[in-house]
Amino acid sequence: MDRRVLDLWVGIFVAAGIAALFVLALQVSNASTFNTGESYRVIAEFDNIGGLRVRAPVKSAGVLVGRVEGIGFDNDKFVARVVLRLDRRYTFPKDTIASILTSGLLGEQYIGLDGGGDPENLADGERLKLTQSAVVLERLIGQFLYGRAAEGGAAGESK
Amino acid sequence: MDNLVVRALRHVGHLVIDGVWRLGYASRFFLLVLLRSGPSFRRFPLTIREIYFAGVLSLIIILVSGLFVGMVLGLQGYDTLQRFGSEEAVGTLVALSLVRELGPVVAALLFASRAGSAMTAEIGLMKATEQITALDMMAIDPIARIVGPRFWGGVLSMPLLAALFSAMGVFGGYLITVVLLGVDAGAFWSQMQASVDLTEDVLNGVIKSIVFGVAVTAIALFEGYDAPPTAEGVSGATTRTVVTSSLAVLALDFVLTAIMFTGA
Repeated sequence: MDRRVLDLWVGIFVAAGIAALFVLALQVSNASTFNTGESYRVIAEFDNIGGLRVRAPVKSAGVLVGRVEGIGFDNDKFVARVVLRLDRRYTFPKDTIASILTSGLLGEQYIGLDGGGDPENLADGERLKLTQSAVVLERLIGQFLYGRAAEGGAAGESK
Repeated sequence: MDNLVVRALRHVGHLVIDGVWRLGYASRFFLLVLLRSGPSFRRFPLTIREIYFAGVLSLIIILVSGLFVGMVLGLQGYDTLQRFGSEEAVGTLVALSLVRELGPVVAALLFASRAGSAMTAEIGLMKATEQITALDMMAIDPIARIVGPRFWGGVLSMPLLAALFSAMGVFGGYLITVVLLGVDAGAFWSQMQASVDLTEDVLNGVIKSIVFGVAVTAIALFEGYDAPPTAEGVSGATTRTVVTSSLAVLALDFVLTAIMFTGA
């Protein structure tokens, strides 16, 4: 009799523990948000990827369509090679533009895809021809200061 | 004076040799438990009984502590993050710290003091009342009959307890931040899901909890088996179990974190 009650409690404990693992896997982690089964890969080359990391989201019109699978360096052209894994459900024309954007002012960087007008769609392993690099804040500030200095100099001369 | 120095040196030497001796004995004991764990699976009701004592009876403390730890994380995280206007990220903070670190570590510390000490006291008392010797006399292997089921009961319970702790903590964080402080529920869950990875975070947390389960249970059983068969000896062994296994958990956590989360 004692054995039975005990078995019941152990059963409840094990079931609750496994349920907690499933909650962690499905509700807390990203297992449910992206299906790894049906996807295709596209390669994009950027002059500068800024702070882009592996597993960063790939979005089009704000919708998550894939993730960054790998980042490498092309030593012939001195550019960054980024492999994007896109969901098979979404197709993009061949002249799609990939740009590195930032969510919010201090948020993480992601890749935005803007579809073009080409009638043919991107296939697995193809390369995106049009890319736009990450905005490097230091360069932007540098350009701004340089522009101001040139402006000030021009204003001084005209006086 | 000279005599004092010699005595001090002798004492230090004795401590070192004794420590190494115990380490060797503990390793041999651990290996024996592993080798003779066949009966714990062939006679699984024995192990189920130990899962009941180690796991089910630890449920209350694990669930309540998990809830409160998650609630505190939610409160503290919200307080800091709202200064930067990113209070939605509190879900990420709560989930990542629970799944990666706090879940396995705090659950293991609670497990060591709740179940580990009980195991040590039980086996130590069995030894003091010569029950283990009696089993040996009846040609029943005490390691296979007494120690093995307790070991596997503890090792099987620990990951489940850690998972329950983490899930309860996430729920506690949800209660505080979403229900009480009014963070948007959708942003809470989606930011959490966007940053917690199944293999990198959840699976590594499970691996951690299994390692901690092995360490805590093995230390508790060894301390009990090695306890001097007196009332004082058993009480000392119980204290040592809690201290040693807590330190072992924290040290192992550092090593595992260094291996798992600093690579990329």
